Amino acid sequence: MGTLALLGFGPGGWGAALLGAAATTLLLALAGFALGLVLGGLAAAGRIAGPAPLRLLATGYTTLLRGVPDLLVIYLLYFGGSAALGGIAGWFGHAGYVGVPPFWVGAVALGLISGAYQAEVFRGAYAAVDRGQIEAARAVGMHRGLILRRVTVPLVARTALPGLGNVWQILLKDSALVSVTGLVELLRQAQVGAGSTRQPFPFYLTAGALYLAITTVSNLAFARAEARARRGLP
Amino acid sequence: MIDIAFLAESLRALAAGLPLTLGLTGGAVALGLVLAGLAAAGRLSGIAVLDGLARLYVFVFRGTPLLVQLFLIYYGLGQFRPDLQALGLWWFFREPYWCALLALTLNTGAYTAEIIRGGVLAVPHGAVLAGRACGMSRGLLLRRIVLPLAARQALPAYGNEVISVVKATSLASTITLLDLTGIAQKLIAQSFRALEVFVCAGAFYLAINLAIIGLVRLAETILAPDLRRPRPV
Repeated sequence: MGTLALLGFGPGGWGAALLGAAATTLLLALAGFALGLVLGGLAAAGRIAGPAPLRLLATGYTTLLRGVPDLLVIYLLYFGGSAALGGIAGWFGHAGYVGVPPFWVGAVALGLISGAYQAEVFRGAYAAVDRGQIEAARAVGMHRGLILRRVTVPLVARTALPGLGNVWQILLKDSALVSVTGLVELLRQAQVGAGSTRQPFPFYLTAGALYLAITTVSNLAFARAEARARRGLP
Repeated sequence: MIDIAFLAESLRALAAGLPLTLGLTGGAVALGLVLAGLAAAGRLSGIAVLDGLARLYVFVFRGTPLLVQLFLIYYGLGQFRPDLQALGLWWFFREPYWCALLALTLNTGAYTAEIIRGGVLAVPHGAVLAGRACGMSRGLLLRRIVLPLAARQALPAYGNEVISVVKATSLASTITLLDLTGIAQKLIAQSFRALEVFVCAGAFYLAINLAIIGLVRLAETILAPDLRRPRPV
């Protein structure tokens, strides 16, 4: 069987499986990014405006998660998660090993990691907000919630967009690490194909090309979003 | 309940992986800097072929996951064993250590190339003009004006890149190497005490990264004498 047929969509071809796995990679990264937005937003808010213990907690979170290898975080959640779930199940009288769903382990791990980076992006963007805008909002009588919703958040979002694009790129590439949990995302699917056909090179090359395609397209999407967010600005 | 004995045991076991983690980091950072210098020179050379090659290199290695690059080099090239043996390169690609070092070097080289390019582009044009007006040759201009200013500009981003290399060495554990993460994974699988082992391994990585941050700060003060606070007389 030729290499092209091997990676194609005909009978015995791995094309459909690889594309499906690429979709899983995308979903995994999206879930991680969404969770990271929430965690990052909370951590940034904690660091900017929280009371001292909260500020310390948020600082500890961003420092730890940015200083420790992502693979280690995934191992912690994968092995630690099943141990913790097993313990909880034990209270309810269930004995034996409890597996955690690898997709959600991966999504939570990526969310924790990207949240730490997103917190830094939001913090930087908040520091860049023009104080005059907030003063003006206060001067026209807006209350705190309204200022946050109508002035601060939109301004922060615009400034944070390039940084968020970078985090998304890192996250997409980090999602390949989730393959160690056995979740069949793009890299894992390539591994499976490489193992069963004994032709690792074309499979890993194809996986690389698909990752490159995803990162390139999302780069373009972020560039367009940035241009749109900056419209009307000098 | 905190099991001090287990933590101490884990720390001792993990310390055995420290030389490999530090060796891979040092090797990849040093070789990657050379490669990045070449790639940045290619990008800035104004020669279309070199510019294109460097651009392609940076695009491919920044756009794909390091783990894919590592597997492509270690497992993928293993498919061509007879050819590599004929070329006399098999001893290199057979060893997971060399494959990990190669993948890390190529990867960090691509990121660092962009950092260097950014630093060089940020050198004020006036400074270069002034140097030229004094009659400096190209080499002298590069050595005395462009590189010092570019290094100062690029240093914070470069420090971040070195830290990400430290973290990236953990991927070597996926091709059977027993670095800090490899040993941590083994300990977790043996003891099922993920949190304790994570805390110990994490402490090692945080210590390494804090040391790097300190070194970068030191380098910053050395490179920017004008920004240093004057010593009290």
